[in-house]
Amino acid sequence: MPVINYVEFDGTEHSVEVAEGITLMQGAMDNLIDGMVAECGGCCVCCTCHCMIDPRWTEVTGTAGTQEAELLGYLDTKEPTSRLACQVNVTAAMDGMVVRLPESQY
Amino acid sequence: MNPSNHCIVIGASHAAVQLIISLRQNGWEGNITVISDEDHPPYQRPPLSKAYLANTIADEQLALRAPAAYQKLNVTFKLSTRVTSIDTQNKQVHLDSGEILGFDKLALCTGARARPLPIPGADLNAVHYLRTMDDVKGIQASATTAKTAVIIGGGYIGLETAASLNKLGVKVTLLETESRLLKRVASPQVSAFYLRLHTEEGIDIRLDTQAAKLLGDQALTQVICADGTAIDADMAIIGIGVIANTELASDAGLTVDNGILVNEFAQTSHEDIVAAGDCTNHPNPILNRNLRLESVPNATEQAKAAAASLCGIEKAYAELPWFWSDQFDVKLQITGMNQGYTEVVVRGDINNGRSFSVFYIANNKILAADCINRPKDFMLAKKLILQGTDCDAASLADESTDLKSLLI
Repeated sequence: MPVINYVEFDGTEHSVEVAEGITLMQGAMDNLIDGMVAECGGCCVCCTCHCMIDPRWTEVTGTAGTQEAELLGYLDTKEPTSRLACQVNVTAAMDGMVVRLPESQY
Repeated sequence: MNPSNHCIVIGASHAAVQLIISLRQNGWEGNITVISDEDHPPYQRPPLSKAYLANTIADEQLALRAPAAYQKLNVTFKLSTRVTSIDTQNKQVHLDSGEILGFDKLALCTGARARPLPIPGADLNAVHYLRTMDDVKGIQASATTAKTAVIIGGGYIGLETAASLNKLGVKVTLLETESRLLKRVASPQVSAFYLRLHTEEGIDIRLDTQAAKLLGDQALTQVICADGTAIDADMAIIGIGVIANTELASDAGLTVDNGILVNEFAQTSHEDIVAAGDCTNHPNPILNRNLRLESVPNATEQAKAAAASLCGIEKAYAELPWFWSDQFDVKLQITGMNQGYTEVVVRGDINNGRSFSVFYIANNKILAADCINRPKDFMLAKKLILQGTDCDAASLADESTDLKSLLI
């Protein structure tokens, strides 16, 4: 299984195995990682699974879709590599990927 | 914290899962037992009427957390087990198995159940409610052979179910007793939009129409309306609202008034018992009044306050309510509560296409907004409501005005 490195806003790292095909959001929730609020459960409506993909991995994750990009546009904490974790499906190519979580979700 | 303490959680719901996670985060070292009368580990309820019914997500994807998460949390589940009573004096719960469990702290996450429709034939085969995973499995089983379905109730559950069954190739007729859809929760303008949407998609919507009886030998064959009209149907789904599960609480002597009454810390009238989710009547400090909500964000955020209370920490629950609904290619996001509105402002074209927002206004303030395929309006409407500034109706309605410019 690919290993995803979730980094909390204070620098705490969690290297966890996440099954291919599930979302970055569910991967964080199943591993009880703090900082993934995910209020809507992955429907791309609430913007509380915001994460920042390490720039070295954005080619693998691809870019946000239309609705996702619109939602992200209204977050005060948006960064150039921001994504909604519910919209990123984990693939084998993401093994080792680093994902940061914003302070606003704590 | 005393590691020998025992916390019992009744209900394996959205609220329950957040509550047990927050308990551990807040340092609860004692045992945790979750008791549920369903036989599934906790699952997400919102997709039941949407993606799960339409067969686009599998059982595993419905799970709220992977099984390993519960092992890590060191939580014991007692599934297919019903709590029959709570003894507040001896701090014990009685189970239908005859077992009696003692608790130091108790959390009521009992949720709500589908409101039954008291008409003849409601117990026929292929007549369903939609509240649980098993309900949806039953609906799916009927839908594999059904050509026609009647949905009784034009609220969000009824409309989402209509859209999902339509996707499965079932011809749907939807009956609503009121003169418009969503009457309890939306403005006439939004009701008219949903009537247009469903009609365009091929759903036969019948307003001012009451189901009087359901006919069939063993399985349903016809729905008879109060005016005598007969509609052929291979299956029916009843979606006429929910009833909060408060009986355990009231039988135990807790204060219940349109929900289990709690304060902003999710504490009930008993010092060792909290409650969270659809089953509670709670104060909302932002709106300055009490609410009983049926929503996941309410369940999870209130559960955080409840868990904190059980650990002796004061963390008030104070969030602006929000809701969403998916039907066909339309994503509705609602922020705020529109009760008491006196004026409605529409932004965008409500009569054509499928993208606009409706703002609900009273005393020159925005109370709520229904945003249809407009995530950005939703994000900004929430900020505008929380700021509480005087609203400028002309600018809200004018699409050339950036809503962002209305923020302070």
